[in-house]
Amino acid sequence: MPPQRSTVRVRVHPLGDVAVLAVLGTRLDTALNTRAIALAAALKKRRDVRQAVAGHASVMVQFDPDQITHEALAAAIKRLATKRPPMDEPGRLHRIPVVYDGPDLDAVAAQLGLSAQQVIEIHGRPIYRAFLVGFVPGWAYLGPLPDELALPRRPAPRTQVPAGSVAIAGHQTGVYPLASPGGWHLIGRTSVRLFLPDSDPPSLFRSGDRVKFFSVRD
Amino acid sequence: MNDVLRVVQPGLLTTIQDIGRPHSVASGVPPGGAMDRFAHTAANLIVGNDRGAATLECTLTGPHLIAESACLLAITGADFEPRVNGVAAPTWTGIFLSRGDHLTFGGRRNGARAYVAVAGGIAGERWLGSMSTNLMCARGGMHGRALVAGDMISTGEPSGPAVEGQTVADRLRPRYADGTLHVIAGPHFSRLDGESRQALFGGPFTLSHDSNRMGYRLEGPRLDAPGDELLSFGLVAGAVQVPAGGQPILLMADHQTAGGYPVVVVLATASMPVAAQLAPGDEIRFAETSIETALELRAAQREALTLVTS
Repeated sequence: MPPQRSTVRVRVHPLGDVAVLAVLGTRLDTALNTRAIALAAALKKRRDVRQAVAGHASVMVQFDPDQITHEALAAAIKRLATKRPPMDEPGRLHRIPVVYDGPDLDAVAAQLGLSAQQVIEIHGRPIYRAFLVGFVPGWAYLGPLPDELALPRRPAPRTQVPAGSVAIAGHQTGVYPLASPGGWHLIGRTSVRLFLPDSDPPSLFRSGDRVKFFSVRD
Repeated sequence: MNDVLRVVQPGLLTTIQDIGRPHSVASGVPPGGAMDRFAHTAANLIVGNDRGAATLECTLTGPHLIAESACLLAITGADFEPRVNGVAAPTWTGIFLSRGDHLTFGGRRNGARAYVAVAGGIAGERWLGSMSTNLMCARGGMHGRALVAGDMISTGEPSGPAVEGQTVADRLRPRYADGTLHVIAGPHFSRLDGESRQALFGGPFTLSHDSNRMGYRLEGPRLDAPGDELLSFGLVAGAVQVPAGGQPILLMADHQTAGGYPVVVVLATASMPVAAQLAPGDEIRFAETSIETALELRAAQREALTLVTS
């Protein structure tokens, strides 16, 4: 196949004096995420790049300013980003058992005009993609969540969400790996451990993995 | 491994820190490491260690330690009035302890974090390539926790001869008391309207008591950075986020690795040591700077570290 130029427009913003944020787009989109992951992988191979971390549709790049300037790095990023991304290899599939008895389940159902049972069925229907592993160790932003379940975050975050809580917000879902503050709606819980401190990487989910939830009794 | 220091009292929060685990950021683990890299590096160089060796990071108060064996150490960063057997000891300077000597600290004269390096480098548990203590994950350093009374601190073998009296000249040390942080416009700076920009650079902001190694909550003028909700992206230490409430958060060494709040400015690398020495209640101001100036300040700081001399 002949090399194909893409129309993706990349904006490269300074993120301090030794990092930049390359933004590929603003939509929650599997193709954009695949590009971001490929771009991060390509950048990591460069000697003047110290770190490259893919976001949903962006790449954060830390670089060595003794080896390359902001401008030259931005140009290199734009060049790399217009290359045709590799085929999106399907990531590993995780099947996660969930006890759907979260403290927000009924309120979520009421807000959406659904029954709790419908919320459970809709949440368990898709195979989600892990767009980004980050925020706290073991957390992955999973999506896209079906439109029927999209809700803004809770107005006031909880100061403590138990580890294993299965949550939704916007067009995303996720599992809290550690007890932490959190503003998402808690609809269930799982006994699967997502933060694996004695493994490297210490996270069950990796960017690009696929996740399917299924309902179990307690 | 040599047992060198026994902990009589740990101080408020004393942890083992090196230069962190930047390679684990992609799996959601904070980079961690010493908050004040200048003081941490200087302490190591003064006692003849590699720059990346582990040190003790002592927060707001110092520990009480007893030397189990003779050792060369250096105390840099914040000045908590260090004393050896009750006699004032110099900071930023290599000092010998003999077996049985007591290292104690008095009150806080300035800064928030003092660093204690020992020749040979402090030994700690390694997690994901670093000995840095991560309290949230309970990994690294001293069993993943802060020091407690009774802990024994060990070191590796010193790599060279111990030389007392090496120092970093006063003029080369960061101006901790300054309170001015140099910042570069971030990816979402354009979301701030004129009034919010004035507020950001007018300040002052005060570090809230809800501030720690993960980040500082800043109290002061409210900032508005309206716009569409952002998809989460990778973050760096030094980023200043503006959540919906309008009170900015400055991310520090144990920061969350990704987030979706607008980042309006990012600290110059050279201002990170100054930020690391802020305590709750301290006032700060942000001064806008260019990337070029920030890199010059960074180069000057690195140059200062080549001038550790006896």
